[in-house]
Amino acid sequence: MSGFQRFAATFLDTEVALKYAPQILEGLVTTIAIGVAVVVTGLAAGLALAVLRAFGLRPVNVLLIQLVDILRALPPLVIVLIIYFGPPSVGVVIPSAVVLWMSLAAVLAAFAEEVFWAGVTSTPTGQWMAARSTGLTFLQTLVYVVLPQAVRLAIPPLTNRTIAITKNTALGSAIGVNEILGQATSAEAFSANATPLVIAAALYVLIFIPLVVASHAPERRHAAWRR
Amino acid sequence: MEALIQEFFNVSVMVRVAPMILRGLFETLLLCAILVPIGLVGGLGTMLLATSPSRMARGFAVVFIDLFRSFPPLVLLIFVYSGSPFAGLRLSPLAAICVAFFLNASSYYGEIYRAGVLSVPRGQIEAARSTGLTAAQTFLYVTLPQGLRNVLPELLSNTVELVKLTTLASVISAPELLHSADLARSLTYNSSPLVLDALIYLALLWPLVRLIRRMEQKLGAS
Repeated sequence: MSGFQRFAATFLDTEVALKYAPQILEGLVTTIAIGVAVVVTGLAAGLALAVLRAFGLRPVNVLLIQLVDILRALPPLVIVLIIYFGPPSVGVVIPSAVVLWMSLAAVLAAFAEEVFWAGVTSTPTGQWMAARSTGLTFLQTLVYVVLPQAVRLAIPPLTNRTIAITKNTALGSAIGVNEILGQATSAEAFSANATPLVIAAALYVLIFIPLVVASHAPERRHAAWRR
Repeated sequence: MEALIQEFFNVSVMVRVAPMILRGLFETLLLCAILVPIGLVGGLGTMLLATSPSRMARGFAVVFIDLFRSFPPLVLLIFVYSGSPFAGLRLSPLAAICVAFFLNASSYYGEIYRAGVLSVPRGQIEAARSTGLTAAQTFLYVTLPQGLRNVLPELLSNTVELVKLTTLASVISAPELLHSADLARSLTYNSSPLVLDALIYLALLWPLVRLIRRMEQKLGAS
């Protein structure tokens, strides 16, 4: 067998690929479902926290900032393991997929709150004053004037963060969630062949490359302006 | 309430497993001492390719950066670790971690450096060149220092992410902090070791996160 044939037999074996494809595709569905849930709830919670912070209640904000900093400092896998192993001992059992979703959504919410808040503070004070003097209430100003601008500013940095955190759905394999990586590693063990891992890697690239490339778009616009 | 304290904040369990956890902490610090420098240097290389005049080098850098930003780091790690024996090359867990996170960190750091270098106004480069500096001198003395200063918060923030990434090593059973904590959890049948582990990460990284917050505010204000 030539070098390439040997390589192909261990990394690109069609027979193994066909046999385990259904299992890995099932994992793909799980990954996408959890990923979408994390993105939607995480971003919504982040926006809600940023709105809460805009009310300027000092004790609430102090607490909020500490919570955000803690979630930014803790490794996601540590959070996942604590939520997974802790509660069952006190009689609360949370399904592993829910543990994964909760942990990642909390982390994304913390990062998103920071980014949305940066957008809110970068809105010039004149905008607030003008809106209030036309008779809009504080809440109306926030919702109709400040947030639309803040969200637009937040999109580029948020895209990067969201991709980085959503990729962590792969951590589910450590607590037995049957997502792409979990399915692929068990298929790899059964088949004694690396092809399932190659498929898994290809699927992740397929999911995330479009997002990563899209995240360059605003930057390219900026680069064009520079020249 | 009593049960919760017993399960999560059991001091006697924490004291009992402390030596084990401390050894894990030492191993994590060692990992960071290897990964952060090689990531920073790899990122510099990636950035040089990404900003080079050669079209081919730039194309290669773009593909490299985008590819390794799309791979979840854990997938990359498991791919390198369990895939390498199939290629006839048995990597130790430490070597697999170094290879996988070098690729990951180089692409992230590279992208940050690149943003920094591109943020330096063109006029600066033109002015430097017109005073007689060569292109290399201009890059080294004018573009790079200013570019780095502009992205210092992002560099620090990515370093925090890299330190958090070392916890993934526990998945391939490499000795590090989370691995010892999880082992201690299974030995004591109690979650307090994991909580202790979380507290150590907070002690290490919380100050850095606060520092980043302050730096971002200062840059935003200027």
